[in-house]
Amino acid sequence: MSDELFQAMAQSIIDGDPDVAADLARKAVEAGIDPLEAINKGFVPGVDYVGEQYSKGEMFLPDLVLAGEAMKAAIAVLEPEIARKGGQRQTLGTVVIGTVEGDIHDIGKTLVATMLSVGGFRVYDLGVDVPVPTFVEKAREVNADIVGMSALLTTTMVRQRDVIEALEDAGLRSRVKVMVGGAPVTRSWAQEIGADGYSEDAIGAVAVARQLLGK
Amino acid sequence: MPRPIKSISDPRLKLEILSPEDVRRIHQATLEVIETVGVRFPSPKALDVWEAHGAQVDRNTMIVRAPGHLIEDALKKAPPVYTLAARDPAQDLPLDGNHVYVGTDGCGVQIIDLYTGERRRSTLRDVAEIVRVADYLEEVAFIWVPVSAQDRPPETRGLYELKAAWENTTKHVQTESIYSEREARASVEMAALIAGGREELRRRPVLSYALCTAPPLGQDPGTLEAALVAAEAGIPVGFMTMTSCGSTAPATLAGNLVVGNAEVISALAMIQLACPGAPVFYAAAQTAMDLRTGGYTGGGPEDFLFGAASNVLADFYNVPLSMGSFATGAKEPNWQAGIENSLSTFMACVVMSDMLLGVGLLHGSRIWSYEQMLMDCEIFDIVYHMMKGIVVDDETLALDVIRAVGPGGNFLAQKHTRKHMRELWVPKFMDRRPYEEWEAKRDDARDWARAMARQILETHQPEPLDPQLSAELECIIEKA
Repeated sequence: MSDELFQAMAQSIIDGDPDVAADLARKAVEAGIDPLEAINKGFVPGVDYVGEQYSKGEMFLPDLVLAGEAMKAAIAVLEPEIARKGGQRQTLGTVVIGTVEGDIHDIGKTLVATMLSVGGFRVYDLGVDVPVPTFVEKAREVNADIVGMSALLTTTMVRQRDVIEALEDAGLRSRVKVMVGGAPVTRSWAQEIGADGYSEDAIGAVAVARQLLGK
Repeated sequence: MPRPIKSISDPRLKLEILSPEDVRRIHQATLEVIETVGVRFPSPKALDVWEAHGAQVDRNTMIVRAPGHLIEDALKKAPPVYTLAARDPAQDLPLDGNHVYVGTDGCGVQIIDLYTGERRRSTLRDVAEIVRVADYLEEVAFIWVPVSAQDRPPETRGLYELKAAWENTTKHVQTESIYSEREARASVEMAALIAGGREELRRRPVLSYALCTAPPLGQDPGTLEAALVAAEAGIPVGFMTMTSCGSTAPATLAGNLVVGNAEVISALAMIQLACPGAPVFYAAAQTAMDLRTGGYTGGGPEDFLFGAASNVLADFYNVPLSMGSFATGAKEPNWQAGIENSLSTFMACVVMSDMLLGVGLLHGSRIWSYEQMLMDCEIFDIVYHMMKGIVVDDETLALDVIRAVGPGGNFLAQKHTRKHMRELWVPKFMDRRPYEEWEAKRDDARDWARAMARQILETHQPEPLDPQLSAELECIIEKA
């Protein structure tokens, strides 16, 4: 019974169907299946398969994003169950991410957030036009391992430096890694402002995040 | 003496990319989107304009839903024809539907140094030097601020870029780097100084604005407020959509056109509601995302189709178009750059897009290359020649000459040949030398383009801006 259910779970991720994934998660809860096992034996193999197909060039970014949406839906059902049993879902780390103040560009940042979350991170997405103190406060509140910042304009890119300085002033800098990205952002800019990580795209960002945390 | 400007006119090639029925359906779908889904205008001033004209405005989400007739009536007030004025009137550009003009691309953040070959962050000096080279090139009809002056403070960067442009060219200047009402006011003052007063600026706008929408279905707050200031002063304002299939627009090309069209025409309508009769233009650089990274591709068959389709839409609304062509996704001036920039430019030209953007940038408009700039000019020159088509008349049928030469023989010694040979295209950067000559030197288009760019930069002196005017521009910037 659970083997079949696990297979269906994996398939719901591969199909990128959040409704089916959530239904299957609820079925698992009703059947008394351990929610951690449902994630690890049911849904995660689906994510792994999509990831493999993507590396082979057989699947594309929309497949990954839809798999991510399905995974989120399943976890939203299962996480409260895990907590109720006194457990905790293992993640690779906690990321606070947002687009800097004065900049309303959303899509690249959201894509990075989705990919990090599919990749096993706990992600707090602060949205766009995020003031400097908000990054710092949220990082403190959730005990973030990584703060990620996006900017699409050369005029707003400078705010990335402000956030790094504010993290220093708040005494948090030694505890968090900083990642930056966005069309005008380059590796040399990242180095200049003292960021720890930089990636040109969302897939690369996951690899950088893992590397920064030694995972 | 101002340099001559090469523009395409009286085209002899034609392409029907969308039928009238296709255009009608795209237009109807666009109006339905604006009326039922809405477009986000995140500026209280823009929302006031919409509300005053009876659109449905949600102050929390800042989404505007406007009925089709409001959009259509507003767009009818836009002038179909006007002129982009140059510092030297001999270089004025009438946007009359019978000209295709090329600008420099913008706004890059890095540059391949012309002397060291090193890739580095762009500065104000780069803006000045690129504009000086562009002033020389006859294929470049107007200046788009080509790279970002990142050694100037963000608050006044866009203004320093304008000053550097006017100091190095007599051609029309268009900016896409004004993001706030404060900068807009200063830029109007600067433009009025160049034009010789506010009224003269309205008559002869030496500056125009290209402003980006925020797809899908949104606008940028600072941009909207800057546009309102510019439009009030008579500065032509265009809104550019860069919708990308699969990420900021549907994966299907028609769906992409609808989303981008809704962004552009809602913004143009808002300007007409605020300032009836203000000169505006449609601007577009749609693409398809890269399926692996989600990134902006800057080339590919979808882009080329959009390049031709957008002008059909702009014509339907009876406003000029500024079309993103060139702007290859390639990292270097190479095979990919040649293909992408040729096809995109051909497709945008064959439908007579009024303005093309633009020459010189690599990696999706991020890295400036003088080599690419000059090779892009050659691409335009090829298309320019193709657009003349094939003239068929007694002189060109050349029966007398054919009779004179007869079977065998050759046409080299014919006066008819000498009379018409200069109509044949002569390349600057194509290698037509004997094989052994190439083998001995192993140089190519990039080397020749680099050498020519250096020569222009070292020798060309544009008509200088009165130092008094320069000083006054500086004062305006310092007070901004």
